[in-house]
Amino acid sequence: MSPVVWRYGRPALVMFLAALAVGVPLWLVVVTSAKPQAEAIKPNLDLPGRWQPGSNYEDAVSQGEMLRGFLNSLLVVVPSVVLVLILGAGAAWVFARRKSKLVSAAYALCISGLLLPPAVITIVMELRQLGLANTRPGMIAVYTGMYLSTSIFFMTGFIRAIPMELEEAARIDGAKPSRIFVRIVLPLLRPVIATATIMVMLYAWSDIFYAFFVLGGGERATLPLNLYQVASAQLYLNNWHLVFAYVVVMSLPMVAVFLVGQRKIVSGITSGAVK
Amino acid sequence: MTDTVVRTEPARATGTPKKLGRLPRAAVHHPWWFALPAIVVFAGFFLVPNLLNFYYPFTNWSSYHPDIAFTGLDNFKTIADDGSLLRAIRTTLLYALLAALFQNGFGLVLALLLEADTRFNRFFRAVFFLPVLISALATGYVFQALLDQDGAVNSVLGTDVPWLGSTTWTLVLVTLIHGWKWMGLSMLIYLAGLKGIPGEMLEAAKCDGAGPWRTFWSVRWPMLAPAVTFNVTTALIGSMNTFDIVQATTGGGPAASTEVFNIYMFRIFGQGLYAQASAMSLVLFLVVVAVAIPLVVGLRRREQLL
Repeated sequence: MSPVVWRYGRPALVMFLAALAVGVPLWLVVVTSAKPQAEAIKPNLDLPGRWQPGSNYEDAVSQGEMLRGFLNSLLVVVPSVVLVLILGAGAAWVFARRKSKLVSAAYALCISGLLLPPAVITIVMELRQLGLANTRPGMIAVYTGMYLSTSIFFMTGFIRAIPMELEEAARIDGAKPSRIFVRIVLPLLRPVIATATIMVMLYAWSDIFYAFFVLGGGERATLPLNLYQVASAQLYLNNWHLVFAYVVVMSLPMVAVFLVGQRKIVSGITSGAVK
Repeated sequence: MTDTVVRTEPARATGTPKKLGRLPRAAVHHPWWFALPAIVVFAGFFLVPNLLNFYYPFTNWSSYHPDIAFTGLDNFKTIADDGSLLRAIRTTLLYALLAALFQNGFGLVLALLLEADTRFNRFFRAVFFLPVLISALATGYVFQALLDQDGAVNSVLGTDVPWLGSTTWTLVLVTLIHGWKWMGLSMLIYLAGLKGIPGEMLEAAKCDGAGPWRTFWSVRWPMLAPAVTFNVTTALIGSMNTFDIVQATTGGGPAASTEVFNIYMFRIFGQGLYAQASAMSLVLFLVVVAVAIPLVVGLRRREQLL
């Protein structure tokens, strides 16, 4: 491979791959979401004969119960993320700083969720007995339990790299543990908190499997559950224009979050993983 | 009399901080109760269900019985006899293997193509990360529209191939979609691994007359070992838990050829056969453990050897 080929061939190859792998699916979504139903029944890459994005998006919002779904998603995802971060940070602090067999055992147990699959069927059983089935607190508890391992793992690794002297200096000044945690440890954790927020948000925002079991359809259905209903209901069969209008609206919040925090997300994901 | 004693004791304790010195220092500075809420939630909503999962598969828990009775291995016999047990294990393992292969292959190629830190590369890294941000369910619908017999791919190619209708090849296609969705994440981690390689090392290889291929196999690839460990482990384990992409593209079909564990559990749970679904869930747990432990140990050892 000569340098000249690499120099001009590489950008061309990158652009070709991007157009084929990301451009084509994206194009399909955008044009189909602007077509009338008759044109969208057989999805293709043609431009719409008649543009009607406005009415499609309006239909998707009203028929797909999108506003309710959006609110439901927020009410479940935001508390889960906050709990995962706060509980995770507290545990990670103890696990990173204390050294004993008991602490190592507790740490190992708490990060077992990185590998083990959640037992979704018996989760339903347990939630029913606790009276939390089909409720938001139940869903929040399940998401928090599922993603705590990830945040504890990343945060423990991060805190171990912070010099102990910072805490000791504050301790000599008479600060109590809770004050040291809030004033020193949490602010230092900011980069890893940013990453954990994004990752947990990404997973919980698009989760449908666990939401199916815990929330089911109906009143408290989240956005992905609504999308599933729109796409699978007989009434909407082959309503690709509505499905894709829904997909666009549902994906926008995540894309926006990524664009805002891009640099932090990228550095956070990469620094945590390869150590 | 006793009153005054009780009152003075705590007063003295707070008055003289030296008394705390009797506790181990760690217990004072990093008290357990900071970890307690996390441990309680994790134990309550992750560990306890997994423990329950070792009991309920051996019962007749379903929507048809008012109470739950112990029935031994009946559920396992049922899923073994109707062939769904072996099929789910085989399909899931094959899915995980192929998905991990595609995800890592695509991710590594992209990372190598976009390695230099230029504006052009940063833009295209973001482009290839886009699929990670779109929900897996939505991804599934997009590819269903592309690969449907009446879909976009056939209309562009002028063919009439039932892409999602083959009992052999549809599974491969679905794992390709899985790889497509997550390749951006693998790419980022490989990029970080590449960035961590000291520049002098690459310079030295160049001085010794190593071409790009030789440099890759002798320097870059061994130095990427930690990134490979992380990527392969998360991809394999994550894809054993797959549901959304399969459900949205094939729903487990054709002829159950893409019915992975979670699709089966979802279907059987919907029929009210809770204990049977729980039995499958226990098998998934055991399969994941059986794959994960040797995998992590093996990859860690490989890192040390390279």
